[in-house]
Amino acid sequence: MPASFDTTRTAAVAFDVDRIREDFPALHQRVNGAPLVYLDNAATSQKPRAVIDRMAAYYATENSNVHRGVHTLSQRATDAYEAGRELVQGFINAQHAHEIIFTRGTTESINLVAATFGRSRVRAGDNIVISTLEHHSNIVPWQFVCEERGAALRVVPVSDAGVLDFEAYTRLLDERTKIVAISHVSNALGTINPVHAMIEAAHRRGIPVLLDSAQAAPHAELDVQELDVDFCAFSGHKMMGPTGIGVLYGKEALLDAMPPYQGGGDMIDSVSFSKTTYNTLPHKFEAGTPHIAGVIGLGAAIAYLETIGMDAIAAYEHELLTYATERLADIDGIRFVGTAPEKAAVVSFLIGAIHPYDTGSVLDRLGIAVRTGHHCTQPLMDRFRVAATARAAFAFYNTREEINALVRGIYKVKEILG
Amino acid sequence: MSDLSDLYEELIRDHSKKPRNYRVIEHPTREVEGYNPLCGDRYTVYVTMNGDRIEDIAFQGEGCAISKSSASLMTQALKGKTIAEAEKLFHAFHDLITSTPDKDVNTDDLGKLAVFSGVRKFPVRAKCATLAWHTLHSAIEGKGEPVSTE
Repeated sequence: MPASFDTTRTAAVAFDVDRIREDFPALHQRVNGAPLVYLDNAATSQKPRAVIDRMAAYYATENSNVHRGVHTLSQRATDAYEAGRELVQGFINAQHAHEIIFTRGTTESINLVAATFGRSRVRAGDNIVISTLEHHSNIVPWQFVCEERGAALRVVPVSDAGVLDFEAYTRLLDERTKIVAISHVSNALGTINPVHAMIEAAHRRGIPVLLDSAQAAPHAELDVQELDVDFCAFSGHKMMGPTGIGVLYGKEALLDAMPPYQGGGDMIDSVSFSKTTYNTLPHKFEAGTPHIAGVIGLGAAIAYLETIGMDAIAAYEHELLTYATERLADIDGIRFVGTAPEKAAVVSFLIGAIHPYDTGSVLDRLGIAVRTGHHCTQPLMDRFRVAATARAAFAFYNTREEINALVRGIYKVKEILG
Repeated sequence: MSDLSDLYEELIRDHSKKPRNYRVIEHPTREVEGYNPLCGDRYTVYVTMNGDRIEDIAFQGEGCAISKSSASLMTQALKGKTIAEAEKLFHAFHDLITSTPDKDVNTDDLGKLAVFSGVRKFPVRAKCATLAWHTLHSAIEGKGEPVSTE
């Protein structure tokens, strides 16, 4: 059990959610005449004032290109950009700042590893291990590699509760497994995977592991050295930061040995028509002008999260999950999809035979935002023989009162469509 | 909240719970599958033609209240119609669903189908209301290819 998701802990001091909500301007609005109840946090989180203001200040006073000019503004922009990298390094406890590669998001981070590490290492007859829980972004890039190389994609099954079959996982690993790519926390069900044990099992066979931590990074402490994970991908916008910025962490030795991803400015050492040599880490993987404001905004988001504390966030969100699960379980005809003992604050559900789109439309008119659909996990939906679910995904700014509003909303759904 | 009763009118709720012509036609002239990959709604529409007239029409499949009731009401509206009449109705229905809520649309020719005018306040649900119609459109045009609303 990773200390980071140790749900037995409680916050040392009372969690002042009312004060925290003051930091998020978007939460204080009415939608369709009712106060907004935002429960679509697994899709994207709202942004605190600190992030919005920091990005505006960058554009107002520091805007310039990075790693380019000798002029003062360029130096300011470069300093702010690289300070963002160091904030990420601290947030995930990476050994080196240059192990942090900025991308557009989790999807691009995984595609980068598949296109560089994957294509340079995978040969015909090899295999790549993923799980049934994966988001499409951790399936399709590996299918590209497997199709191109004549390799096999091996899929770890899950139980009816949505728990990954660890025995099956260890059986799928063999001497031809070139990488394990696994979700840290399932976006559709909330299942927290036993990533420590999975990484250990892979490493015993010398197999590197990529973690899709998009749903883990916003909700609990993430320590890449303690996990000993080889690659770790996550997105800024799900952790209070801006859209369009994401992170790929990779161990230095692996990143050094990988070919570049995209060609262009910043990623080169010198260019001539006969021979181009590549820049050192992290710039080798950051071709072109990066999302400077995004990195600065992500840095502000990390600073904000750290003032609250990831342990306090994990403990409070676990209380919300427990309360929501208890209240929703009382509703006649509700079916939870995903009931793993170890879960992040995500509840995926169906109400009788009512289609999730109808549920979502009624809740929306009551100001309640939930996600409805297959959550970009069609193979997982097939596994549970459903086309779609409704999903409430909580963040640390949600309240018990909002869960009560969700429960009242579901009774309204039943009244109209039941 | 009144928007909700516009969307889920009594007639819509009735047809979603008790869809009419909800069956397989064994040897149809045309059979086409319609699918919305975003929400997973999936229907098969069966048509038996007699010359250019729709002699029988039925459907089966799974989806939300809007898509299922729309398919049900469509089959009722089209039985016995000619291809030209069906096409005209398809365009009239499509124009209604894709118009803005404040626009005054003449629904005289639409009959019961006018019940879907409330969908205009829910633009993301327009594809639910038109899925069966797009499927039928493909069936009578004879393409016979599965239809996707994405």
